[in-house]
Amino acid sequence: MISRREFLQASLAASAIVGVSGFGNWSRLSAQQALTEDQLLQFDDFGNVTLIHITDIHAQLKPIWFREPEWNIGVGDAKGKPPHVVGDAFAQMFNLTPGSAEAYALTHEDFVALGKTYGKMGGMDRVATVVKSIRAARPDALLLDGGDTWHGSMTSLLTNGQDMVNVMNALTPDAMTSHWEWTFGTERVQEIVENLPFAFLGANIFDAEWDEPAFEPYKIFERASTRIAVIGQAFPYMPIANPRWMFPEYSFGIREERMQAVVNEVREAGVDLVVCLSHNGFDVDQKMAARVQGIDVILTGHTHDAIPEPVLVGQTILIASGSNGKFVSRVDLDVRDGKMMGFRHKLIPIFADVITPDADMAALIDAERAPFKDQLEEKIGTTESLLYRRGNFQGTWDDLICDAVRSERDAQIALSPGVRWGPSLMPGDDITREDIHNATSMTYGQVYRTEMTGETLHAVLEDVADNLFNTDPYYQQGGDMVRVGGMGFAIDVSKPIGSRITNLALTDTGEAIDAAKSYTVAGWASVNEGTTGPQIWDVVEAHIRKLGTVKLDPNTSVSVTGL
Amino acid sequence: MKLSRRDALWAGLGGIATATLANPLFAKTVEELSADFTGGAVPGTGGITITAPEIAENGNTVPVSVNAPGAVAIMLLAAGNPTPAVATFAFGPAAGSQMAATRIRLATTQDVIALAKMADGSIVQAVATVKVTIGGCGG
Repeated sequence: MISRREFLQASLAASAIVGVSGFGNWSRLSAQQALTEDQLLQFDDFGNVTLIHITDIHAQLKPIWFREPEWNIGVGDAKGKPPHVVGDAFAQMFNLTPGSAEAYALTHEDFVALGKTYGKMGGMDRVATVVKSIRAARPDALLLDGGDTWHGSMTSLLTNGQDMVNVMNALTPDAMTSHWEWTFGTERVQEIVENLPFAFLGANIFDAEWDEPAFEPYKIFERASTRIAVIGQAFPYMPIANPRWMFPEYSFGIREERMQAVVNEVREAGVDLVVCLSHNGFDVDQKMAARVQGIDVILTGHTHDAIPEPVLVGQTILIASGSNGKFVSRVDLDVRDGKMMGFRHKLIPIFADVITPDADMAALIDAERAPFKDQLEEKIGTTESLLYRRGNFQGTWDDLICDAVRSERDAQIALSPGVRWGPSLMPGDDITREDIHNATSMTYGQVYRTEMTGETLHAVLEDVADNLFNTDPYYQQGGDMVRVGGMGFAIDVSKPIGSRITNLALTDTGEAIDAAKSYTVAGWASVNEGTTGPQIWDVVEAHIRKLGTVKLDPNTSVSVTGL
Repeated sequence: MKLSRRDALWAGLGGIATATLANPLFAKTVEELSADFTGGAVPGTGGITITAPEIAENGNTVPVSVNAPGAVAIMLLAAGNPTPAVATFAFGPAAGSQMAATRIRLATTQDVIALAKMADGSIVQAVATVKVTIGGCGG
């Protein structure tokens, strides 16, 4: 008799074959300029249950450029494993042909050149087409949104997330979980959730005062004669990584024992399949999958990783569906006798020039944008350089933002948060006001100006580095390293907290940072209540207007060792 | 100098604070506290669960709970605090469960240690590392 584990592994192999043929096919076709919608959507139906996963849209309604990371360092057990493999090594690992559409979608290599061939990605109207097509084949499919949906654009900021709520309501997901949603504040989240026509799940969202569950932890769906439990896991470090004062009523956390209790509860209720819709981040989910028993599928989010094949941990499969509407995952499952017997998976890349926009969704998006169109599309400047953010260190968008902050706020040193959202711009692109917002939009964008001692600056860098490079994933918060302007440093990622960061020096003069001396520091996205200053997008806009054309020199201010 | 009633009240409160806050200079160390509690027995593992957040949302009030079925006493220590002693809970024979939950203040990233004394005098121990962080930059 074949055991469940053997079956899963056999299925994984089968799935890999399907995945490779699917990917290889459209890769070759694209090389012949014949990338078609049919090829992108091609999928041999499998089993009886279908999950559709999209996550970390960050309010990107329109197609975008999004350069995948050049730096995504893994530490501890995660070292050298996906998603901590980038560029050509990633292409080799997954048999992607360099220069192919799939290599363009999944790696940073030759991004500018390949972008000219393959074009922008994403767009919620294209996503709608893909979702409708999957639902046509599998009417019982569950559509699950991993959160970071309502935040990230000028229109979402101006409408308090309403544009995204309207668009997602039209897409009709079955459930979502949350992270940046909370930065609109408790009252706004509650207002939206009250009227949401689908489940807003978070098993780990607790009442801060009573330490009791505060939101619906899971929902059980009856689909294709199968009972499917979807458990929500919101971003665990909400009150630490984002301003606690905006949602003081709630406590979050990984709460592994709570997850196990909820899994046990739904198993005892007799469900056939347990799905965790998670905003933990990939490494946290990987650890949780090994420690919490009884989860069949974890739909991961938060760390913006796109992995073309499921990652198997014990008998749990992890699905990583990228960010910004660039990908949609389809996962078909064979669920029988209360067990997941096998799966087939495809990470569907949303090539904006290949997939036909859904007309209804396109009209809705344009209607949402119409009241702000002139503001959004006003040209502020042009860029000669590729502007991107994603990656463990620096990134040209943040170089530009740090330059703006230092110059407009007259500071020696600028700090810019290592968030993973923010699409790219290609050399030669106009920089519109909307583009600036895509890289800066938030409800706490005030640019502070203060003084910090060298000792404090060192402590800040050490603290953030440990959020990224602690070898225990449960201590990682899932952002990238804080971006620094005007000051360089060396980092040994293999060291423990307190000894990773050395050689702090001012970049203008090369002068070493003195622990006892004070420096003027300006930055944005402070989690402290009452932070004052102009909004970051206004600061960046003023700077770009003065420059006219943005051209950035390569940044060599951070030296990384211990890889 | 004329001492107003308000000043006198403040002085009085200061006095209370001094009286209740143990002076770190004279605080017992983790080793001393453990030795007092265990009587020198080497702690085992298992049979005790400590639940604490991996990263504190607010270092001033960190929820910690300990469950040690069958224990007669549980001692909780914050190894990195100036005063490591947090609390010792005693359970009588009528106790329905041997579980304690409280909120503690953590000065910095540190281990929170729970020791439980069983009815036969044996000791079990569990440790949780709680990180106290500056915050920000998540995303």
